[in-house]
Amino acid sequence: MSIGTTSRRSVIAGAAATAAWGALPYRKASAQAANTIKIGVLNDGSGMYRDISGPTAAACARQAVADFGARGFNVEVLVADHQNKPDVGSNIARQWIDRDGVDVLLDVTTSSVALAVNDICREKNKVHLNSSAATSDLTGRACTPNTIHWTYDTWMLAKSTGGAMVRAGGDTWFFITADYAFGHALERDTGGFVRAAGGRVLGQVRTPFPGTTDFSSFLVQAQASRAKVIGLANAGSDTTNCIKQAAEFGLTRRGIKIASLLMFLNDVHALGLQTAQGLVCTETFYWDLNDRTRRFTDRVRAAMAPNMPCMTHAGCYAGVLHYLKAVQDMGVTAAKASGVAAVERMKAMPTDDDCFGAGTIRADGRKIHPSYLFEVKTPAESRGPWDYYKLLQTTPADEAFRPVSEGGCSLIRS
Amino acid sequence: MDEIFGIPAPLLFGQLLLGLINGAFYAMLSLGLAVIFGLLNIINFTHGSQFMMGAFVAWMLLAWAGLGYWWALLLAPLIVGATGVIIERLMISRLYKLDHLYGLLLTFGIGLMIEGVFRNEFGSSGLPYRIPNELQGAWDLGFMFMPIYRGWVVVFALACCLATWLVIEKTRLGAYLRAATENAALVQAFGVNVPRMITLTYGAGVALAALAGVLAAPIYSVNPQMGTNLIIIVFAVVVIGGMGSILGSVITGFGLGIVEGMTKVFWPEASSTVIFVIMAIVLLTRPAGLFGRA
Repeated sequence: MSIGTTSRRSVIAGAAATAAWGALPYRKASAQAANTIKIGVLNDGSGMYRDISGPTAAACARQAVADFGARGFNVEVLVADHQNKPDVGSNIARQWIDRDGVDVLLDVTTSSVALAVNDICREKNKVHLNSSAATSDLTGRACTPNTIHWTYDTWMLAKSTGGAMVRAGGDTWFFITADYAFGHALERDTGGFVRAAGGRVLGQVRTPFPGTTDFSSFLVQAQASRAKVIGLANAGSDTTNCIKQAAEFGLTRRGIKIASLLMFLNDVHALGLQTAQGLVCTETFYWDLNDRTRRFTDRVRAAMAPNMPCMTHAGCYAGVLHYLKAVQDMGVTAAKASGVAAVERMKAMPTDDDCFGAGTIRADGRKIHPSYLFEVKTPAESRGPWDYYKLLQTTPADEAFRPVSEGGCSLIRS
Repeated sequence: MDEIFGIPAPLLFGQLLLGLINGAFYAMLSLGLAVIFGLLNIINFTHGSQFMMGAFVAWMLLAWAGLGYWWALLLAPLIVGATGVIIERLMISRLYKLDHLYGLLLTFGIGLMIEGVFRNEFGSSGLPYRIPNELQGAWDLGFMFMPIYRGWVVVFALACCLATWLVIEKTRLGAYLRAATENAALVQAFGVNVPRMITLTYGAGVALAALAGVLAAPIYSVNPQMGTNLIIIVFAVVVIGGMGSILGSVITGFGLGIVEGMTKVFWPEASSTVIFVIMAIVLLTRPAGLFGRA
């Protein structure tokens, strides 16, 4: 009997000790989790947008964490590939938020995925820090108090590149449009500028995305419309394929202008200067823009070779840096508790970073900074690898983006 | 101006021609697949990556060794074909006795790995490759502006298809290959080295994919995903033509290129799906494909 009692006691004591032993690291872990900000970089890790987002965006996010330094809380950066599919992106976002405690969804390339993730972040009250999706709807009719759209959007591209083409006499347009949210938004916004300037849109063709390799048929249709400008409302290898094939079919030699409405430094690298020379494009960051951008590029370059940072990568860096400043300002607990509160704090604070200089974030979530219209150099003008752009024109910050009253964002009271 | 279905006739002729050119790529790629499936019974899902390797090897030859397009046309198929021989010897040859599914999974996995390696090394944006000087320029056909290079692609692809068909159907080597497909043990008993013949056949199929890659390099973006975009369509072409039917895959390749080209005019949004709709209809009515033997 006594043996039985002793035995029972020892069992109970043993169980209690085990529970306490088990709980210790758990408590430590949960205390650590409460003091850790988790940033999930969700973008294209294996498809045509990998070089403008992908691992380079994650490297820039990590660089921001390193530059921010140790300020009393931990920061963890997670990375996932959404394969440019809204369903895959939504699943990862929900899993990250519900299971892994992610606080910020960063980058989120591809407008269709970004719009899906946008709703999830609002529903779960997390922060959506978007850098590389283009649709201006993120700060328009799809705006949320949880979202900041950092780097660029279709309206800004339409105004800068599209506006420059119209001013140069391109008053009739034909669009080759990627058939999803981004292409539609870019075509809509550019068409608006063309019509406002008295020009006409003669037609458009919607190309399946992804999966279109040969654009010659669409280019011949565009040529048959007798438009002076062919507007490429697409990106990545769709754009490079279009430009390559337009040159092959002699469109540019016949006086037709190609408007590469969204072209990145990496696309120019892919085309080669021989083919890309003379094209114009708009970015909000270029590595060789000033001393600060060059310093940033020097710091981050080693972690991303052979790639080079373009504006979307810079947006990831600057966005994370500003978010971390807001977290420090309001405290980790408050920042983790409410995405809306964190975004409000970010909007209340002026921004300053090496990539974009000083700037602000508007009430509709639009980050404001200048945009730059570049012309691609000729092979003779280029001094070496990645020396591709010469600056044609700067649109000041207050004119670069769509006026806050015109976006139709529900956060703005008229 | 005459119109057909509301489209100006010259524009329609132009689109027919462009469809034929795209069909040339489908034909060359599906030819390689058909040869491999017909003689090895392997569904070679690495084919897209091998097409991509062909384009990349052309770029490497130019960038690293200074060898231009014409050298690439000769060397890239040999180099990529040699990697195919190694893959066949080391891995695929172990699966002949197993179900088709194993070969499919193995080649699919190898394809993903090859693509991943190239993506890590060269990024996803692509690399520049120019049309050779000899084939620059264009002909004005009246109804359209026809780049000389595209004409070259069609002529070259047709010649390759014809040569492959002749080798397999009309030569002694082709007779051995066809006999080995029917009864390998018997052919071996006559003193023919069947395993070596099968290895070389796989290498030749892969070389055809690489050759198509070199042809594509000057007009399509040379990037690691270039094969993935094309290979799914090419598989549909092979299924429609009849698995293993060489003539079927060539005719279907060109035919579906034209169908796709027409869809790009009348309903562009559906141009990436039309081939799969046709595949579904063909499978429902003729499960062995248009030219396949049931």
